[in-house]
Amino acid sequence: MDWITTVDHKKIAILYLWAGGFFFGIGGLEAILIRIQLIKPMNTFLDAQTFNELITMHGTTMIFLGVMPVIFALMNAIIPLQIGARDVAFPFLNALGFWTFLFGGLLLNLSWVMGGAPDAGWTAYTPLSSTTYSATHGVDFYTIGLQIAGLGTLIGGINFLATIITMRAPGMSYMRMPMFAWATFITSAIILFAFPAITVGLVLLTFDRILGANFFNPETGGNPVLWQHIFWIFGHPEVYILILPAFGIISEVIPTFSRKRLFGYSSMVFATLLIAFLGFMVWAHHMFTTGLGPVANALFSVSTMLIAVPTGIKIFNWLFTMWGGQVRFTTPNLFAVGFIPTFTMGGVTGVMLASAPADFQFHDTYFVVAHFHYVIVGGLVLGLFAGLHYWWPKMFGRMLSETLGKWTFWTFIIGFHLTFFVQHFLGLMGMQRRVFTYLPNQQFDTLNLVSTVGAGLMGVGMLIFLWNIYITSRKPADAADDPWEDGRTLEWTISSPPPEYNFKQTPLVRGIDAFWKEKLAGHQAMTPSEPVGSIHMPSATLLPFLMSVGIFIAGLGFMFSRDTFGSDVLGFLFNNYIVTGLGLVITFGSMLLRSLFDDHGWHIEPEELEGR
Amino acid sequence: MMKTWQAGKRLLPMTAALGLILAGCGREDLSVLRPQGPAAESSFDLMKLAITIMVAVLLVVFTIAAYVLIRFRRKPGQREVPEQVEGNFKLEVIWTVIPLILVVILAVPTVKAVFAAGNDHADDPDAVKVKVTGHQYWWEFEYTDYGVKTAQDLVIPAGKDIAFELRTADVLHSFWVPSLSGKIDTNPDGTVNRFSFSAPNEGVYRGKCAELCGPSHGFMEFKVKSVSEAEFEQWLASMKAPAVLPEDPQLAETFRSACLRCHAVGDQGLAVGPDLTGFGSRESVAGILLNDDTGADGAPILENLQTWLHDPESVKPGNTMPDPKADLGLTDEEIDGIAEYLSGLTLE
Ligand code: HEM
Ligand SMILES: [Cu+2]
Repeated sequence: MDWITTVDHKKIAILYLWAGGFFFGIGGLEAILIRIQLIKPMNTFLDAQTFNELITMHGTTMIFLGVMPVIFALMNAIIPLQIGARDVAFPFLNALGFWTFLFGGLLLNLSWVMGGAPDAGWTAYTPLSSTTYSATHGVDFYTIGLQIAGLGTLIGGINFLATIITMRAPGMSYMRMPMFAWATFITSAIILFAFPAITVGLVLLTFDRILGANFFNPETGGNPVLWQHIFWIFGHPEVYILILPAFGIISEVIPTFSRKRLFGYSSMVFATLLIAFLGFMVWAHHMFTTGLGPVANALFSVSTMLIAVPTGIKIFNWLFTMWGGQVRFTTPNLFAVGFIPTFTMGGVTGVMLASAPADFQFHDTYFVVAHFHYVIVGGLVLGLFAGLHYWWPKMFGRMLSETLGKWTFWTFIIGFHLTFFVQHFLGLMGMQRRVFTYLPNQQFDTLNLVSTVGAGLMGVGMLIFLWNIYITSRKPADAADDPWEDGRTLEWTISSPPPEYNFKQTPLVRGIDAFWKEKLAGHQAMTPSEPVGSIHMPSATLLPFLMSVGIFIAGLGFMFSRDTFGSDVLGFLFNNYIVTGLGLVITFGSMLLRSLFDDHGWHIEPEELEGR
Repeated sequence: MMKTWQAGKRLLPMTAALGLILAGCGREDLSVLRPQGPAAESSFDLMKLAITIMVAVLLVVFTIAAYVLIRFRRKPGQREVPEQVEGNFKLEVIWTVIPLILVVILAVPTVKAVFAAGNDHADDPDAVKVKVTGHQYWWEFEYTDYGVKTAQDLVIPAGKDIAFELRTADVLHSFWVPSLSGKIDTNPDGTVNRFSFSAPNEGVYRGKCAELCGPSHGFMEFKVKSVSEAEFEQWLASMKAPAVLPEDPQLAETFRSACLRCHAVGDQGLAVGPDLTGFGSRESVAGILLNDDTGADGAPILENLQTWLHDPESVKPGNTMPDPKADLGLTDEEIDGIAEYLSGLTLE
């Protein structure tokens, strides 16, 4: 109950982490099944339909339900601490964001047991995703599930923007913010601008499918290419929503374990802004083969290549952060150091893809599969591993085992390169992506086998990580406040895990890497910027959970509103929008309760603070 | 511009070396890395340039990374705090400008090639015009100037430019012959795509569908057969010859009523499904059952036809052809008879 009603950012972070980990596990299992099917030519382990459902759900799950929540987990756990705040700006909304995400994700995955998962690829291109060619409810689960989950993301993004704009500790100007806070800030801004696009797209597709509208149906004047534009106007920035937080994490971990400040801080900030901006300009590079014409292809080619410039700045700045430092190979830093060359490899293939005439060959082949996994797994997932190992003691008060951490790192990264490096060649040798099997004698066989073996090894790495979490959770929570000893930012100035109110007194920030600066000056702790006083706390509440349950029920009801049921009762309930209505009543009822009954929260008094 | 060119020149030896290595990768009739025509070559040249630049970048990054990680490890007992460097304006400018130059080196030929690829030969009187239509899960090729239609095997005269006009009858597909040219999507009516390629050398090339189009997307393959001009003329002539139906009148009737409802041979039938004229000369049955009498890479056409006709669903899941036995009520003997007839339906 405590967990269902919490509005504390640290607990919500942990909820995000478990939920994200759960979906990541599902997505990982799906990946392993896909790879087993592709282990040899003409394999019959899976049938074609199941395979298409698996790739669709794997892609969708990983992107929307696997890595996004883990990113949100770290942001929630760390951002308020890093900027010296007592919580996020809107704790109630924070909880609501989590629950809508969770129920959206659950709805999407219900499709496995309710008559067929979506099967049109995670991009859901029309007309394949229309009812004519995808007759089960699979794609409805996709549109409605993602719509609900996306609501949570949008809420989260807005919340972080407000938090970072208004709640920084005294003295923390923008140009003194830690890079992870900067990354969160810019990522949230991208969310704010990109998610409305997919929201609109999903509404249109839902209307096409459930209400028989014709936005994307060519026979009645709709245009399927329109979907591609809408999808990628969201979809490309989404890639940056994923990778910028990883950049932020790496920019925290590397300086800490090099005992040096980040090289070129202001150019890092500028590069991040530039990447975010350019990220909105290049969506059509996913559509070179759609037939946009040479002018559009040339423009989108060149603008895409330009992103290499700010990205390059970042990579060299990281390398020169370590230059002249004292590099320690702790587990988080191993992941961060492994990130640099791996991500660079994903980046350079990105530049290759940007050249439209070359992309005519790369597009929709395993070369692309290799490229985006180098970026997403070799970039983001390595970044998340770095961040999780780094902040675990702060979140849970327990250090993960370093030995097991190193095993995780080596099995995972070796498995990763085995899996995906060879896929570049598979693509160039003529293997398209999203094929459930392939004919023998095309010289694809050995490389596919290698790839599958690599995927198994990555799986082993994940299991070691889970084992590490399990045995760590059984140890006493005795991590030091600053367990890595060279912590530079505010989160390391308070106990691990932090008290409910984070900071007894809001600290005064006197420069970049505030804590490090105090340590250099010979201080053990931050100078407070306020006297000890009564701390206002928000109350726990069940309403965000109820609101999300309501939306979930309404979504299910709407999805089945046109079905014929064996039972009259069911038919009556669904076909007359009674179920949909019931869900909406729960949601809006909860909103009404929230507005009618003012809840002023509660206070922790100074005596109580001193007592601990 | 001069500078760019010089940098490009310095990259040349590496490009050549890479080209040699990559050329060893994959089948000649399938691999992007072994281009067999000008369109694929243009893509491949860009790829080589890009790979060269990118390998150079990677080498620099890897070298610096390796150096830093070895040289600046924290030694046991090291206590003093390293100097906190804020940044270095000069260095930062360097690694902004060098990537910019590299991007320009790649962008200039890219833009040139983009516009060259836009040349679709639609108005070229010398080009052979082919209308390509993608269907779940087969390809239709219509030679508009000659009034000939075929499926799965695209026969073209070697060396001539082929002007394609592409569309789809259902969902999106993407037309791709890796060793001859990059891919292009087939969009539903309204957004017709045009492009062109040529195959200077005679031979058979493997083509694929590259856009997810349903369960059998992976099986939506086709062949491009590049033949001499004379052979091409002859092929056209025999494609236009009147149909020869099975000798046995009963079988002919079954064939007409069951198969010609959707298919066509010569002047008979409808051709809403794949046109079967000259079927015995096809490279494959259904695009994926390769016809090969030696059995090395496939099976004799008769066997392939039997496999297909006895259970099309098991060959290509989700395909729209009715099952001859279950849906069309044919007996095993009739099916085998039709298989025999079709496999004998060869062209001159
Ligand atoms: C265990 C690690 C992973 C393995 C072995 C793996 C493997 C695969 C494979 C084999 C495909 C199908 C390629 C195709 O035929 O199109 C695929 C697709 C995809 N993967 Fe992964 N993957 C892994 C992790 C991830 C992660 C962590 C993400 C994102 C966060 C991700 C995102 C995607 C996406 C977006 C697709 C495209 C799906 C589609 O075509 O609709 N993968 N992956
Ligand atoms: Cu296809």
